[in-house]
Amino acid sequence: MHEFWFGVVSFMIAIYAVMDGFDFGAGSLHLIVAKTNEERREVLGAIGPLWDGNEVWLIAAAGALFMAFPKVLAAGFSGFYLALFLVLWTLILRGISIEFRSHVEDRLWRTFWDGSFAVSSILLPILLGMALGNVIRGVPLDLQGNFNIPLFTTFGTGNPVGILDWYTLLVGVFAWVVLTAHGALFLAWKLEGPVQARCLRMAMPLWILTLALWLATTLATKAVNPAIFEAFSKTTPAWLFFVVYVAGLGLIFLGLSRRWPLLAFLGSCAFVLGILATTATCVFPVMLRSTLDPAWSLTAFNASVEAQGLRAGLAWWLIGFPLVVAYFAYLFYLHRGKVKAAPEGEGY
Amino acid sequence: MGDPVFWHRLQFGFTAAYHYLFPQLTMGLALLIVILKVVARRTGDEAYNDLARFWIRIFGINFAVGVVTGIPLEFQFGTNWSAFSRFAGGVIGQTLGMEGLFAFFLESTFLGLLIWGEKKIGPRRHFWAAVALCVGSWLSGYFIVATNAFMQHPVGYRIGADGTLQLASFWKLLLNPWAHVQYAHNMIGAVVTASFVVAAVGAFWTLKGLHLDHARRNLRVGVITGLFAALLVVFPTGDLQGKLVAKYQPVALAAMEGRFESGTHAAMNFIGQPNVQARKVDNPIRLPGILSFIAYGSFSSQVKGLNEFPVDQWPTSVEMLYYSFHIMVGLGTVFIALMGMSAFLLWRKKLEGTRWLLWILMLAFPFPYIANTAGWMAAEMGRQPWIICGLMRTAEGASSMVHAGQTVFTTLGFAGLYFVLGLLFCFLIGREIAHGPVAFKS
Ligand code: HDD
Ligand code: HEM
Ligand code: HEM
Repeated sequence: MHEFWFGVVSFMIAIYAVMDGFDFGAGSLHLIVAKTNEERREVLGAIGPLWDGNEVWLIAAAGALFMAFPKVLAAGFSGFYLALFLVLWTLILRGISIEFRSHVEDRLWRTFWDGSFAVSSILLPILLGMALGNVIRGVPLDLQGNFNIPLFTTFGTGNPVGILDWYTLLVGVFAWVVLTAHGALFLAWKLEGPVQARCLRMAMPLWILTLALWLATTLATKAVNPAIFEAFSKTTPAWLFFVVYVAGLGLIFLGLSRRWPLLAFLGSCAFVLGILATTATCVFPVMLRSTLDPAWSLTAFNASVEAQGLRAGLAWWLIGFPLVVAYFAYLFYLHRGKVKAAPEGEGY
Repeated sequence: MGDPVFWHRLQFGFTAAYHYLFPQLTMGLALLIVILKVVARRTGDEAYNDLARFWIRIFGINFAVGVVTGIPLEFQFGTNWSAFSRFAGGVIGQTLGMEGLFAFFLESTFLGLLIWGEKKIGPRRHFWAAVALCVGSWLSGYFIVATNAFMQHPVGYRIGADGTLQLASFWKLLLNPWAHVQYAHNMIGAVVTASFVVAAVGAFWTLKGLHLDHARRNLRVGVITGLFAALLVVFPTGDLQGKLVAKYQPVALAAMEGRFESGTHAAMNFIGQPNVQARKVDNPIRLPGILSFIAYGSFSSQVKGLNEFPVDQWPTSVEMLYYSFHIMVGLGTVFIALMGMSAFLLWRKKLEGTRWLLWILMLAFPFPYIANTAGWMAAEMGRQPWIICGLMRTAEGASSMVHAGQTVFTTLGFAGLYFVLGLLFCFLIGREIAHGPVAFKS
């Protein structure tokens, strides 16, 4: 049961990264790939009906974490206090940028929201990637299961640790580049014309950059948390997910060379999902690693609620999850085909 | 002011109150949009569809702000109230988790379809998208109210091996009697807000001489639902709330009325200022027996006063609690009078010509917002000093590692951000109202 809920929480976070990831990517790129108002409306039209549902994966993942592992939620959220508020404020900015832009037909108004959409879409993956970096590196959890760290200390990974150091920044930048490359493929799939052409042109260099950063991040992770790699060689699921993400990479390059954006996009979904799933299986059962004493780490076993709560959660999760899949299938089905800019006064 | 708990409370109270300005319109309007669409289908009157389209545009802007202000609340359980989350997560994690999975996904999926899918999916499926959204937003209301109801009146839990709360009965938690009453009252409060807003826009257009056909329909729908909702919010739902508070939170009831002495035929104050030092109400104008009646259904029942309880069980701010409750109840009475009179004139077909009443209807729309906020303030301040009634005190629930320097910073940040957000929101809504009803363009 603990394994199952650890899996559910990681899985929902990974889906969040895949789904909202392409929104971040679209936002990070749109100033470059979409030049005119018409083209920007195409980009917004491609993600407009989807972004809110994508974001709900974050809320639902937090909900699942709360239900199954309240101690991790309590420690992590209060420990990363300031950083989380930065995430929240940036999420607010991102949401209203998408929703408010099209309501007023005015150049200054739209330029402003285009800018804030780009800034927030760049900051969010960096911040969320840094959060992941912090979880991998570990935090100074004490015996009571509490910690609270400053935004930065010495920029090194040893104690006293800060949220921002060279390693977490590297993970943050890696996350941003991956999701930007992911978003380029999404836009290439949903759009046509000049925007699609620019996305396709940028996709290849972005994915090559991703590969380079992936190598750097992997080596850095080995230095910061060697236990992950010991676990990797020993756990079969980790190998399976590793295969998924390597296969994803293959599909991306195949899709790009064959000019088949959907194939490449599916490949990048597999890549993002696979890399997060591999990491999760390797850190299992640790959810928050203590840099003070490994025995104080919060794990899927010592931080969970008792069996009855987990079982009740299982019952409703198994009902709810298929429903959610059905909504998304329906939404993507209705949103199928290439997106065109909506006429002025309607849509995004 | 250096006390971190004070700032946690201020921040949570402010962000929750701000957030709830939006869902109350979302949930009420979702129902009214369905009503408008049903009427349009029944009568074949296209003007109702134009209005539905207009309200859907307002709904979209309102929903967006509701979403972005709701996410911080969900996170604040962990950031600001981590001791509470650790202690109670085994129980309230259930309802909060279900809210995400069952309600928010449903809402966010159908929102896009409702806002700009009419052309794409056709009128029939567009109608069902409106229904789905209404169901989703009313469901999310239930889960959040059930969470709050657990904090007001904990049920379905047991103390686990490590001293934290664990789930004992899922159904008891979900079907908490407190939640039923709170939900019914709260949702009808949301319908009151939406119908006042709809009527206000109708009154505004009529007074300006704009879109008269549409204005008339707005007035009709707003006033009729407004009258029903204004009646239901007081009786039976408000009445039942009062009885529950009397039964399970007698201290809160005494403080809501500023009642210090115990006794029968307890009075309800219309005017008067609670004077906690002297333990009396100054300058009271009161009606005897009413409080006894609200609380126990008979004018002569015995109602306990604050003097019977130790001071450390008293709500932290008797004064704010007293005024919040009185503002809500006072406004509730006025709403019935206003909507009753408007409905009467509507029936005599004189409403459109009665300009002074249209002025009042147009200017009245902020008051349901005030009543709803005051109601939540009454509920939340009445719960003090407990974060979970009888189980955990608010001061014990805060994040022990977060110091006031952090919380003051984030509180100020929210204040600034939400101020700007509010300005943008008013600007966009104002433009839509000036723009008027939206005809179907193919
Ligand atoms: C349009 C809004 C509105 C109006 C006119 C009223 N209420 Fe209300 N009331 C609410 C909106 C509201 C609310 C915002 O929905 C609350 C806050 C928490 C809740 O569930 O409902 C609430 C809470 C609330 C509580 C607090 C429950 C607690 O402590 O948990 C009581 C006792 C009442 N109501 C009773 C009444 C009575 C007797 C009214 C008669 C006039 C009344 N309300 C009018
Ligand atoms: C939307 C309407 C709501 C409003 C306007 C509101 C308002 C407030 C206010 C004013 C406080 C501060 C109380 C004080 O310091 O005396 C507070 C505290 C709090 N509320 Fe609410 N609240 C709302 C809904 C909820 C809901 C639905 C929940 C639970 C799911 C909740 C959970 C809390 C918690 C955890 C605190 C902090 C602890 C405390 O001070 O008791 N609130 N709220
Ligand atoms: C203090 C506790 C509360 C928390 C933690 C909370 C949480 C949230 C979150 C995270 C969202 C965004 C969902 C999305 O992305 O779609 C949201 C929206 C919403 N909330 Fe709240 N909320 C609280 C209070 C309330 C109350 C008291 C109600 C009504 C009874 C309510 C009803 C809604 C509704 C209907 C929406 C969706 C529509 C809209 O945002 O306008 N919430 N809430």
